Amino acid sequence: MLIPHPLLGLRDAQEFSYLGDASLLDRPDGLAEKAGDAFFSYVYLRENPAGVHRELWFHEQGDRSWLVVTRNTVTHEILGAELARDVALRSRSPRERGDPA
Amino acid sequence: MRFSALRVIRETLTGHKGWRPLWRNPEPQAFYDYLIVGGGGHGLATAYYLANTFKQSRIAVLEKGWLGSGNIGRNTTIIRSNYLLPGNEPFYEFSMKLWENLEQEFNFNAMVSQRGIVNLFHTDGQRDAYRRRGNAAILAGADAELLERDALRGMVPFLNFDNARFPVKGGLLQRRGGTARHDGVAWGYARGADRAGVDLIQNCEVTGFRIENGHLKGVETSRGYIGANKVGVAVAGSTSRVMAQAGMGQLPIESHVLQAFVSEGLKPTIPNVITFGAGHFYVSQSDKGGLVFGGDIDGYNSYAQRGNLPVIEDVAEGGMALMPMIGRARLLRLWGGIMDMSMDGSPIIDRTPIEGLYLNAGWCYGGFKATPASGYAFAQLLATDRPHETAAAYRLDRFARGYVIDEKGAGAQPNLH
Repeated sequence: MLIPHPLLGLRDAQEFSYLGDASLLDRPDGLAEKAGDAFFSYVYLRENPAGVHRELWFHEQGDRSWLVVTRNTVTHEILGAELARDVALRSRSPRERGDPA
Repeated sequence: MRFSALRVIRETLTGHKGWRPLWRNPEPQAFYDYLIVGGGGHGLATAYYLANTFKQSRIAVLEKGWLGSGNIGRNTTIIRSNYLLPGNEPFYEFSMKLWENLEQEFNFNAMVSQRGIVNLFHTDGQRDAYRRRGNAAILAGADAELLERDALRGMVPFLNFDNARFPVKGGLLQRRGGTARHDGVAWGYARGADRAGVDLIQNCEVTGFRIENGHLKGVETSRGYIGANKVGVAVAGSTSRVMAQAGMGQLPIESHVLQAFVSEGLKPTIPNVITFGAGHFYVSQSDKGGLVFGGDIDGYNSYAQRGNLPVIEDVAEGGMALMPMIGRARLLRLWGGIMDMSMDGSPIIDRTPIEGLYLNAGWCYGGFKATPASGYAFAQLLATDRPHETAAAYRLDRFARGYVIDEKGAGAQPNLH
Protein backbone atom coordinates (compact mmCIF):
# COMPACT_ATOMS: atom_id res chain seq x y z
CA MET A 1 0.00 0.00 0.00
CA LEU A 2 1.17 3.55 -0.76
CA ILE A 3 0.06 6.34 1.57
CA PRO A 4 -0.23 9.83 0.05
CA HIS A 5 1.55 11.82 2.76
CA PRO A 6 0.35 15.45 2.56
CA LEU A 7 3.92 16.78 2.87
CA LEU A 8 6.08 14.00 1.42
CA GLY A 9 3.97 12.50 -1.37
CA LEU A 10 3.43 8.79 -1.89
CA ARG A 11 5.18 6.74 0.82
CA ASP A 12 5.31 2.96 1.32
CA ALA A 13 2.97 1.87 4.14
CA GLN A 14 5.96 -0.08 5.50
CA GLU A 15 7.39 3.21 6.77
CA PHE A 16 4.34 3.64 9.02
CA SER A 17 3.01 1.92 12.07
CA TYR A 18 -0.71 1.54 12.56
CA LEU A 19 -2.67 2.58 15.63
CA GLY A 20 -6.35 2.22 14.71
CA ASP A 21 -9.61 4.13 14.37
CA ALA A 22 -9.16 7.91 14.04
CA SER A 23 -11.77 8.41 16.75
CA LEU A 24 -8.81 7.95 19.12
CA LEU A 25 -8.07 11.64 18.44
CA ASP A 26 -11.17 12.56 20.43
CA ARG A 27 -9.99 11.75 23.93
CA PRO A 28 -12.81 12.06 26.48
CA ASP A 29 -12.75 14.64 29.23
CA GLY A 30 -11.48 12.84 32.32
CA LEU A 31 -13.29 15.25 34.64
CA ALA A 32 -16.68 14.97 32.98
CA GLU A 33 -19.56 13.09 34.52
CA LYS A 34 -19.51 9.39 33.54
CA ALA A 35 -15.89 9.74 32.45
CA GLY A 36 -15.41 6.04 33.26
CA ASP A 37 -17.97 4.98 30.68
CA ALA A 38 -16.55 7.39 28.14
CA PHE A 39 -13.05 6.01 28.62
CA PHE A 40 -14.29 2.42 28.38
CA SER A 41 -15.77 3.23 24.97
CA TYR A 42 -12.69 5.17 23.95
CA VAL A 43 -10.23 2.43 24.87
CA TYR A 44 -12.14 -0.73 23.96
CA LEU A 45 -15.05 -0.21 21.57
CA ARG A 46 -14.66 0.13 17.81
CA GLU A 47 -16.99 0.57 14.84
CA ASN A 48 -14.80 -1.81 12.80
CA PRO A 49 -16.55 -1.01 9.50
CA ALA A 50 -16.32 -3.05 6.32
CA GLY A 51 -15.73 -0.23 3.86
CA VAL A 52 -14.46 3.30 4.37
CA HIS A 53 -12.43 3.65 7.56
CA ARG A 54 -10.61 6.68 8.96
CA GLU A 55 -7.53 5.55 10.82
CA LEU A 56 -4.33 6.74 12.45
CA TRP A 57 -0.95 5.91 10.94
CA PHE A 58 2.36 7.08 12.42
CA HIS A 59 5.21 7.86 10.00
CA GLU A 60 7.71 6.11 12.23
CA GLN A 61 10.44 5.59 9.62
CA GLY A 62 9.86 9.02 8.11
CA ASP A 63 9.02 12.46 9.41
CA ARG A 64 7.33 11.04 12.55
CA SER A 65 4.05 12.78 11.88
CA TRP A 66 0.66 11.25 12.64
CA LEU A 67 -1.70 10.97 9.69
CA VAL A 68 -5.42 10.33 9.41
CA VAL A 69 -5.69 7.99 6.44
CA THR A 70 -9.03 7.23 4.80
CA ARG A 71 -8.96 3.70 3.45
CA ASN A 72 -11.40 1.07 2.25
CA THR A 73 -11.00 -2.01 4.48
CA VAL A 74 -12.59 -4.28 1.87
CA THR A 75 -10.34 -3.35 -1.06
CA HIS A 76 -7.35 -1.75 0.73
CA GLU A 77 -7.81 1.27 -1.57
CA ILE A 78 -6.47 4.46 0.05
CA LEU A 79 -8.79 7.39 -0.49
CA GLY A 80 -6.82 10.18 1.15
CA ALA A 81 -4.55 11.26 3.96
CA GLU A 82 -4.13 14.40 6.02
CA LEU A 83 -2.08 15.43 9.01
CA ALA A 84 -3.76 14.27 12.22
CA ARG A 85 -2.87 17.64 13.70
CA ASP A 86 -5.02 19.43 11.12
CA VAL A 87 -7.92 17.06 11.78
CA ALA A 88 -7.66 17.51 15.53
CA LEU A 89 -7.49 21.29 15.32
CA ARG A 90 -10.49 21.45 13.02
CA SER A 91 -12.64 19.64 15.57
CA ARG A 92 -11.77 22.00 18.41
CA SER A 93 -13.30 25.39 19.20
CA PRO A 94 -11.41 28.59 18.22
CA ARG A 95 -10.60 29.20 21.88
CA GLU A 96 -9.13 25.68 22.31
CA ARG A 97 -7.15 26.20 19.11
CA GLY A 98 -5.75 29.42 20.52
CA ASP A 99 -7.08 31.49 17.63
CA PRO A 100 -7.35 35.27 18.19
CA ALA A 101 -10.87 36.25 19.21
CA MET B 1 -23.72 -44.25 7.13
CA ARG B 2 -20.94 -45.08 9.55
CA PHE B 3 -17.34 -44.96 8.41
CA SER B 4 -15.15 -47.96 9.20
CA ALA B 5 -12.33 -49.96 7.65
CA LEU B 6 -14.85 -52.67 6.82
CA ARG B 7 -17.00 -50.17 5.01
CA VAL B 8 -14.04 -48.94 2.94
CA ILE B 9 -13.21 -52.51 1.93
CA ARG B 10 -16.83 -53.23 1.00
CA GLU B 11 -17.06 -50.07 -1.11
CA THR B 12 -13.75 -50.88 -2.77
CA LEU B 13 -15.09 -54.28 -3.82
CA THR B 14 -18.42 -52.88 -5.04
CA GLY B 15 -17.13 -49.98 -7.10
CA HIS B 16 -17.71 -47.21 -4.54
CA LYS B 17 -21.38 -46.98 -5.42
CA GLY B 18 -22.63 -46.91 -1.82
CA TRP B 19 -21.23 -43.57 -0.64
CA ARG B 20 -23.83 -40.93 0.12
CA PRO B 21 -23.60 -37.15 0.68
CA LEU B 22 -22.42 -36.35 4.20
CA TRP B 23 -25.38 -34.09 5.00
CA ARG B 24 -28.80 -33.09 3.70
CA ASN B 25 -29.49 -29.76 2.06
CA PRO B 26 -32.80 -28.81 3.70
CA GLU B 27 -35.08 -25.84 3.12
CA PRO B 28 -35.28 -23.55 6.17
CA GLN B 29 -38.32 -23.99 8.41
CA ALA B 30 -40.31 -21.07 9.81
CA PHE B 31 -39.15 -21.50 13.40
CA TYR B 32 -36.33 -23.14 15.35
CA ASP B 33 -35.47 -23.37 19.02
CA TYR B 34 -31.83 -22.59 18.22
CA LEU B 35 -30.33 -20.74 15.30
CA ILE B 36 -26.56 -20.68 14.88
CA VAL B 37 -25.36 -17.90 12.59
CA GLY B 38 -22.16 -18.99 10.86
CA GLY B 39 -21.43 -22.43 9.39
CA GLY B 40 -17.74 -22.42 10.16
CA GLY B 41 -15.85 -24.59 12.60
CA HIS B 42 -17.21 -22.97 15.74
CA GLY B 43 -20.80 -22.73 14.51
CA LEU B 44 -20.89 -26.34 13.31
CA ALA B 45 -19.25 -27.57 16.52
CA THR B 46 -21.83 -25.62 18.53
CA ALA B 47 -24.70 -27.23 16.62
CA TYR B 48 -23.06 -30.64 16.99
CA TYR B 49 -22.74 -30.43 20.78
CA LEU B 50 -26.14 -28.80 21.18
CA ALA B 51 -27.78 -31.76 19.48
CA ASN B 52 -25.55 -34.61 20.61
CA THR B 53 -24.30 -33.66 24.07
CA PHE B 54 -27.00 -31.29 25.34
CA LYS B 55 -29.82 -33.23 23.62
CA GLN B 56 -31.56 -30.18 22.21
CA SER B 57 -33.62 -30.30 19.03
CA ARG B 58 -35.01 -27.95 16.38
CA ILE B 59 -31.59 -26.48 15.58
CA ALA B 60 -30.42 -24.83 12.38
CA VAL B 61 -27.10 -23.42 11.20
CA LEU B 62 -27.31 -20.47 8.80
CA GLU B 63 -24.32 -20.01 6.51
CA LYS B 64 -23.88 -17.16 4.04
CA GLY B 65 -21.67 -19.18 1.68
CA TRP B 66 -20.79 -22.86 1.91
CA LEU B 67 -19.97 -24.78 5.08
CA GLY B 68 -16.42 -24.26 6.32
CA SER B 69 -15.67 -21.48 3.83
CA GLY B 70 -14.12 -19.07 6.33
CA ASN B 71 -11.23 -19.40 8.71
CA ILE B 72 -11.71 -23.13 9.38
CA GLY B 73 -10.70 -23.63 5.75
CA ARG B 74 -7.75 -21.25 5.76
CA ASN B 75 -5.65 -21.70 8.90
CA THR B 76 -2.35 -23.40 9.72
CA THR B 77 -4.10 -26.30 11.52
CA ILE B 78 -2.15 -26.12 14.79
CA ILE B 79 -3.63 -27.51 17.99
CA ARG B 80 -2.04 -26.91 21.39
CA SER B 81 -2.86 -26.05 24.99
CA ASN B 82 0.19 -24.26 26.33
CA TYR B 83 -1.25 -20.94 27.43
CA LEU B 84 -0.32 -19.00 30.55
CA LEU B 85 -3.32 -17.29 32.15
CA PRO B 86 -5.93 -18.95 34.38
CA GLY B 87 -8.78 -17.60 32.22
CA ASN B 88 -7.36 -19.30 29.14
CA GLU B 89 -5.32 -22.40 29.95
CA PRO B 90 -8.06 -24.68 31.39
CA PHE B 91 -10.24 -23.85 28.37
CA TYR B 92 -7.56 -24.77 25.83
CA GLU B 93 -6.71 -27.95 27.76
CA PHE B 94 -10.40 -28.86 27.69
CA SER B 95 -10.23 -28.30 23.94
CA MET B 96 -7.17 -30.54 23.68
CA LYS B 97 -8.97 -33.35 25.52
CA LEU B 98 -11.85 -33.03 23.06
CA TRP B 99 -9.39 -33.15 20.15
CA GLU B 100 -7.91 -36.36 21.51
CA ASN B 101 -11.23 -38.16 21.32
CA LEU B 102 -12.76 -36.23 18.43
CA GLU B 103 -12.55 -38.79 15.65
CA GLN B 104 -14.03 -41.58 17.77
CA GLU B 105 -16.70 -39.17 18.95
CA PHE B 106 -17.96 -38.05 15.55
CA ASN B 107 -16.82 -41.04 13.48
CA PHE B 108 -14.92 -39.00 10.93
CA ASN B 109 -11.24 -38.81 10.05
CA ALA B 110 -10.07 -35.38 11.19
CA MET B 111 -6.43 -36.51 10.93
CA VAL B 112 -5.63 -35.34 14.45
CA SER B 113 -1.88 -35.77 14.71
CA GLN B 114 -0.26 -35.27 18.10
CA ARG B 115 3.17 -34.77 16.65
CA GLY B 116 4.18 -32.24 19.30
CA ILE B 117 4.69 -28.50 19.22
CA VAL B 118 7.90 -26.81 20.27
CA ASN B 119 8.14 -23.08 21.04
CA LEU B 120 11.78 -22.05 20.69
CA PHE B 121 13.49 -19.66 23.06
CA HIS B 122 16.57 -17.62 22.27
CA THR B 123 17.49 -15.80 25.47
CA ASP B 124 17.71 -16.62 29.16
CA GLY B 125 14.80 -14.30 29.91
CA GLN B 126 12.68 -16.07 27.35
CA ARG B 127 13.59 -19.44 28.89
CA ASP B 128 12.30 -18.21 32.25
CA ALA B 129 9.07 -16.95 30.69
CA TYR B 130 8.52 -20.26 28.87
CA ARG B 131 9.26 -22.26 32.01
CA ARG B 132 6.61 -20.24 33.79
CA ARG B 133 4.13 -20.84 30.98
CA GLY B 134 4.95 -24.56 30.98
CA ASN B 135 4.35 -24.74 34.71
CA ALA B 136 1.04 -22.94 34.29
CA ALA B 137 0.05 -25.51 31.68
CA ILE B 138 1.00 -28.39 33.97
CA LEU B 139 -1.03 -26.88 36.80
CA ALA B 140 -4.06 -26.89 34.51
CA GLY B 141 -3.54 -30.56 33.69
CA ALA B 142 -1.76 -30.11 30.36
CA ASP B 143 1.72 -31.39 29.51
CA ALA B 144 4.86 -29.33 29.01
CA GLU B 145 8.58 -30.09 28.88
CA LEU B 146 11.42 -27.64 28.81
CA LEU B 147 14.08 -28.86 26.39
CA GLU B 148 17.57 -27.50 26.54
CA ARG B 149 19.64 -27.06 23.42
CA ASP B 150 21.18 -30.54 23.20
CA ALA B 151 17.92 -32.41 23.67
CA LEU B 152 16.29 -30.17 21.09
CA ARG B 153 19.13 -30.67 18.63
CA GLY B 154 18.50 -34.40 18.68
CA MET B 155 14.89 -33.81 17.72
CA VAL B 156 15.17 -31.03 15.13
CA PRO B 157 18.82 -30.93 14.01
CA PHE B 158 18.13 -28.74 10.99
CA LEU B 159 17.47 -25.53 12.95
CA ASN B 160 20.00 -22.73 12.75
CA PHE B 161 21.13 -23.25 16.35
CA ASP B 162 24.12 -20.94 16.08
CA ASN B 163 22.43 -17.97 14.47
CA ALA B 164 24.65 -15.08 15.61
CA ARG B 165 21.74 -12.80 16.52
CA PHE B 166 19.14 -15.33 17.73
CA PRO B 167 20.88 -18.56 18.83
CA VAL B 168 18.41 -21.34 19.67
CA LYS B 169 18.81 -22.06 23.38
CA GLY B 170 16.03 -24.58 23.73
CA GLY B 171 12.28 -24.93 23.53
CA LEU B 172 9.06 -25.53 25.38
CA LEU B 173 7.63 -28.79 24.09
CA GLN B 174 4.04 -29.94 24.32
CA ARG B 175 4.00 -33.51 23.06
CA ARG B 176 0.19 -33.68 22.92
CA GLY B 177 0.05 -30.66 20.62
CA GLY B 178 0.15 -31.04 16.87
CA THR B 179 -2.10 -30.56 13.87
CA ALA B 180 -5.49 -31.61 12.55
CA ARG B 181 -7.06 -31.63 9.10
CA HIS B 182 -8.93 -28.33 9.20
CA ASP B 183 -11.60 -29.07 6.59
CA GLY B 184 -12.10 -32.53 8.04
CA VAL B 185 -12.97 -30.94 11.37
CA ALA B 186 -15.70 -28.81 9.79
CA TRP B 187 -17.05 -31.72 7.74
CA GLY B 188 -17.02 -34.08 10.70
CA TYR B 189 -18.97 -31.67 12.88
CA ALA B 190 -21.34 -30.85 10.01
CA ARG B 191 -22.05 -34.52 9.34
CA GLY B 192 -22.46 -35.28 13.04
CA ALA B 193 -24.85 -32.36 13.49
CA ASP B 194 -26.86 -33.33 10.41
CA ARG B 195 -27.17 -36.90 11.62
CA ALA B 196 -28.56 -35.59 14.89
CA GLY B 197 -31.25 -33.66 13.03
CA VAL B 198 -29.67 -30.21 12.70
CA ASP B 199 -30.65 -28.32 9.53
CA LEU B 200 -27.51 -26.99 7.81
CA ILE B 201 -28.76 -24.17 5.61
CA GLN B 202 -26.22 -22.85 3.14
CA ASN B 203 -26.37 -19.77 0.90
CA CYS B 204 -28.49 -18.12 3.57
CA GLU B 205 -27.18 -14.75 4.70
CA VAL B 206 -28.50 -13.08 7.83
CA THR B 207 -29.59 -9.55 6.87
CA GLY B 208 -31.23 -8.40 10.09
CA PHE B 209 -32.49 -9.29 13.55
CA ARG B 210 -36.06 -8.91 14.70
CA ILE B 211 -35.95 -7.59 18.26
CA GLU B 212 -39.01 -6.60 20.31
CA ASN B 213 -38.68 -4.99 23.76
CA GLY B 214 -35.12 -6.23 24.12
CA HIS B 215 -36.11 -9.81 23.22
CA LEU B 216 -34.88 -11.50 20.09
CA LYS B 217 -37.68 -12.98 17.98
CA GLY B 218 -35.82 -14.21 14.94
CA VAL B 219 -33.61 -13.25 12.02
CA GLU B 220 -34.20 -11.84 8.56
CA THR B 221 -32.25 -13.76 5.95
CA SER B 222 -31.73 -13.78 2.22
CA ARG B 223 -34.14 -16.76 2.23
CA GLY B 224 -36.82 -15.10 4.31
CA TYR B 225 -37.64 -14.57 7.98
CA ILE B 226 -36.81 -17.37 10.44
CA GLY B 227 -38.09 -17.24 14.00
CA ALA B 228 -36.09 -18.58 16.92
CA ASN B 229 -36.00 -18.82 20.70
CA LYS B 230 -32.24 -18.36 20.88
CA VAL B 231 -29.71 -17.20 18.33
CA GLY B 232 -25.97 -17.79 18.66
CA VAL B 233 -23.65 -15.74 16.47
CA ALA B 234 -20.29 -17.36 15.58
CA VAL B 235 -19.07 -15.50 12.51
CA ALA B 236 -15.41 -14.70 13.33
CA GLY B 237 -14.14 -11.83 11.19
CA SER B 238 -17.66 -10.71 10.28
CA THR B 239 -18.74 -10.29 13.92
CA SER B 240 -18.95 -6.48 13.85
CA ARG B 241 -20.91 -6.50 10.60
CA VAL B 242 -23.46 -9.05 11.80
CA MET B 243 -23.84 -7.65 15.31
CA ALA B 244 -24.33 -4.13 13.91
CA GLN B 245 -27.61 -5.45 12.48
CA ALA B 246 -28.71 -6.15 16.04
CA GLY B 247 -27.72 -2.65 17.11
CA MET B 248 -24.46 -3.80 18.68
CA GLY B 249 -22.13 -2.13 16.21
CA GLN B 250 -19.62 -1.13 18.86
CA LEU B 251 -17.69 -4.17 20.08
CA PRO B 252 -14.19 -4.68 21.52
CA ILE B 253 -13.16 -6.19 18.18
CA GLU B 254 -11.22 -5.17 15.09
CA SER B 255 -11.08 -7.30 11.95
CA HIS B 256 -7.59 -7.95 10.63
CA VAL B 257 -6.18 -10.06 7.82
CA LEU B 258 -3.83 -12.96 8.62
CA GLN B 259 -1.95 -14.65 5.83
CA ALA B 260 -0.87 -18.28 5.63
CA PHE B 261 1.37 -20.10 3.21
CA VAL B 262 2.09 -23.56 1.85
CA SER B 263 5.14 -24.70 -0.08
CA GLU B 264 5.36 -27.32 -2.81
CA GLY B 265 5.31 -30.91 -1.54
CA LEU B 266 8.58 -32.06 -0.03
CA LYS B 267 9.78 -35.33 1.46
CA PRO B 268 9.18 -35.67 5.22
CA THR B 269 11.47 -33.18 6.85
CA ILE B 270 9.78 -31.34 9.74
CA PRO B 271 8.59 -33.83 12.36
CA ASN B 272 6.42 -31.54 14.49
CA VAL B 273 5.16 -27.98 14.82
CA ILE B 274 7.93 -25.44 15.38
CA THR B 275 7.53 -21.81 16.36
CA PHE B 276 10.30 -19.23 16.18
CA GLY B 277 10.71 -17.25 19.39
CA ALA B 278 12.63 -14.30 17.98
CA GLY B 279 10.44 -13.49 15.00
CA HIS B 280 6.90 -14.54 14.26
CA PHE B 281 7.03 -17.76 12.25
CA TYR B 282 5.36 -21.12 12.83
CA VAL B 283 5.63 -24.15 10.60
CA SER B 284 4.56 -27.75 10.24
CA GLN B 285 4.51 -30.19 7.35
CA SER B 286 1.27 -31.54 5.99
CA ASP B 287 0.78 -35.20 5.16
CA LYS B 288 0.96 -34.25 1.47
CA GLY B 289 4.44 -32.82 2.12
CA GLY B 290 3.78 -29.11 1.88
CA LEU B 291 5.30 -26.88 4.52
CA VAL B 292 2.40 -25.02 6.12
CA PHE B 293 3.49 -21.80 7.76
CA GLY B 294 2.50 -18.32 8.83
CA GLY B 295 3.45 -15.27 10.85
CA ASP B 296 1.96 -11.99 11.94
CA ILE B 297 -1.30 -10.39 10.95
CA ASP B 298 -0.83 -7.56 8.45
CA GLY B 299 -1.63 -5.10 11.24
CA TYR B 300 -4.35 -2.82 9.85
CA ASN B 301 -8.14 -3.20 9.80
CA SER B 302 -9.11 -5.37 6.86
CA TYR B 303 -12.04 -7.32 5.48
CA ALA B 304 -10.12 -8.39 2.35
CA GLN B 305 -9.27 -12.08 2.41
CA ARG B 306 -5.84 -11.27 1.05
CA GLY B 307 -2.86 -9.47 2.52
CA ASN B 308 0.09 -7.46 1.29
CA LEU B 309 3.70 -8.24 0.41
CA PRO B 310 5.56 -6.82 3.46
CA VAL B 311 4.21 -9.54 5.74
CA ILE B 312 5.08 -12.21 3.19
CA GLU B 313 8.64 -10.90 3.21
CA ASP B 314 8.69 -10.84 7.02
CA VAL B 315 7.44 -14.43 7.28
CA ALA B 316 9.98 -15.61 4.69
CA GLU B 317 12.77 -13.87 6.60
CA GLY B 318 11.67 -15.53 9.83
CA GLY B 319 11.69 -18.92 8.15
CA MET B 320 15.11 -18.39 6.64
CA ALA B 321 16.59 -17.20 9.95
CA LEU B 322 15.28 -20.29 11.69
CA MET B 323 15.75 -23.08 9.14
CA PRO B 324 17.86 -22.02 6.17
CA MET B 325 17.25 -25.42 4.54
CA ILE B 326 13.82 -24.29 3.34
CA GLY B 327 15.33 -21.51 1.23
CA ARG B 328 14.97 -23.37 -2.02
CA ALA B 329 11.46 -24.63 -1.41
CA ARG B 330 9.02 -22.79 -3.66
CA LEU B 331 5.87 -21.20 -2.36
CA LEU B 332 2.84 -22.97 -3.78
CA ARG B 333 -0.06 -20.98 -2.40
CA LEU B 334 -0.83 -18.18 0.00
CA TRP B 335 -4.11 -16.87 1.28
CA GLY B 336 -5.67 -14.62 3.89
CA GLY B 337 -8.43 -14.92 6.45
CA ILE B 338 -10.22 -12.29 8.51
CA MET B 339 -9.49 -12.51 12.23
CA ASP B 340 -11.83 -11.07 14.84
CA MET B 341 -9.02 -9.52 16.90
CA SER B 342 -10.27 -8.68 20.37
CA MET B 343 -8.92 -5.91 22.55
CA ASP B 344 -7.12 -8.28 24.95
CA GLY B 345 -6.31 -11.13 22.56
CA SER B 346 -8.81 -13.50 24.19
CA PRO B 347 -12.25 -14.64 23.02
CA ILE B 348 -15.82 -13.85 24.04
CA ILE B 349 -18.44 -16.54 24.73
CA ASP B 350 -21.32 -14.81 26.40
CA ARG B 351 -24.88 -13.61 26.45
CA THR B 352 -25.59 -10.13 25.08
CA PRO B 353 -27.80 -7.36 26.49
CA ILE B 354 -30.45 -8.59 24.01
CA GLU B 355 -32.40 -11.47 25.54
CA GLY B 356 -32.00 -14.56 23.37
CA LEU B 357 -28.93 -13.35 21.47
CA TYR B 358 -25.58 -14.97 22.26
CA LEU B 359 -22.12 -14.14 21.00
CA ASN B 360 -19.08 -16.28 20.24
CA ALA B 361 -16.27 -14.08 18.90
CA GLY B 362 -12.87 -12.52 19.39
CA TRP B 363 -10.82 -15.59 18.52
CA CYS B 364 -7.94 -13.54 17.14
CA TYR B 365 -5.71 -16.05 15.42
CA GLY B 366 -6.14 -18.85 17.92
CA GLY B 367 -9.55 -20.00 16.84
CA PHE B 368 -8.77 -23.29 15.15
CA LYS B 369 -7.33 -25.07 18.18
CA ALA B 370 -10.31 -23.87 20.20
CA THR B 371 -12.93 -25.25 17.81
CA PRO B 372 -14.13 -28.22 19.93
CA ALA B 373 -14.16 -26.40 23.27
CA SER B 374 -15.67 -23.27 21.75
CA GLY B 375 -18.50 -25.30 20.28
CA TYR B 376 -19.00 -27.22 23.52
CA ALA B 377 -18.96 -24.15 25.75
CA PHE B 378 -21.21 -22.13 23.43
CA ALA B 379 -23.64 -25.05 23.19
CA GLN B 380 -23.75 -25.31 26.98
CA LEU B 381 -24.38 -21.59 27.32
CA LEU B 382 -27.16 -21.72 24.74
CA ALA B 383 -28.78 -24.80 26.22
CA THR B 384 -28.52 -24.03 29.94
CA ASP B 385 -27.78 -20.28 30.16
CA ARG B 386 -24.82 -21.18 32.35
CA PRO B 387 -21.25 -20.82 31.05
CA HIS B 388 -18.94 -23.82 30.84
CA GLU B 389 -16.61 -23.77 33.84
CA THR B 390 -13.52 -23.32 31.65
CA ALA B 391 -15.10 -20.49 29.62
CA ALA B 392 -16.57 -18.48 32.47
CA ALA B 393 -13.97 -15.72 32.09
CA TYR B 394 -14.82 -15.05 28.43
CA ARG B 395 -17.40 -12.42 29.25
CA LEU B 396 -18.34 -9.53 27.03
CA ASP B 397 -18.35 -7.10 29.95
CA ARG B 398 -14.86 -8.00 31.18
CA PHE B 399 -13.38 -4.97 29.40
CA ALA B 400 -15.66 -2.55 31.23
CA ARG B 401 -15.05 -4.34 34.53
CA GLY B 402 -11.27 -4.43 34.13
CA TYR B 403 -10.92 -8.22 33.95
CA VAL B 404 -9.11 -8.47 30.63
CA ILE B 405 -7.28 -11.70 29.73
CA ASP B 406 -4.17 -10.41 28.03
CA GLU B 407 -1.61 -13.23 27.50
CA LYS B 408 1.03 -10.87 26.17
CA GLY B 409 0.26 -7.87 28.35
CA ALA B 410 0.12 -5.82 25.17
CA GLY B 411 -2.83 -3.61 26.08
CA ALA B 412 -5.94 -2.66 24.17
CA GLN B 413 -4.41 -2.69 20.72
CA PRO B 414 -5.51 -5.62 18.56
CA ASN B 415 -2.58 -5.57 16.15
CA LEU B 416 -0.18 -6.29 19.03
CA HIS B 417 -1.88 -9.52 20.11
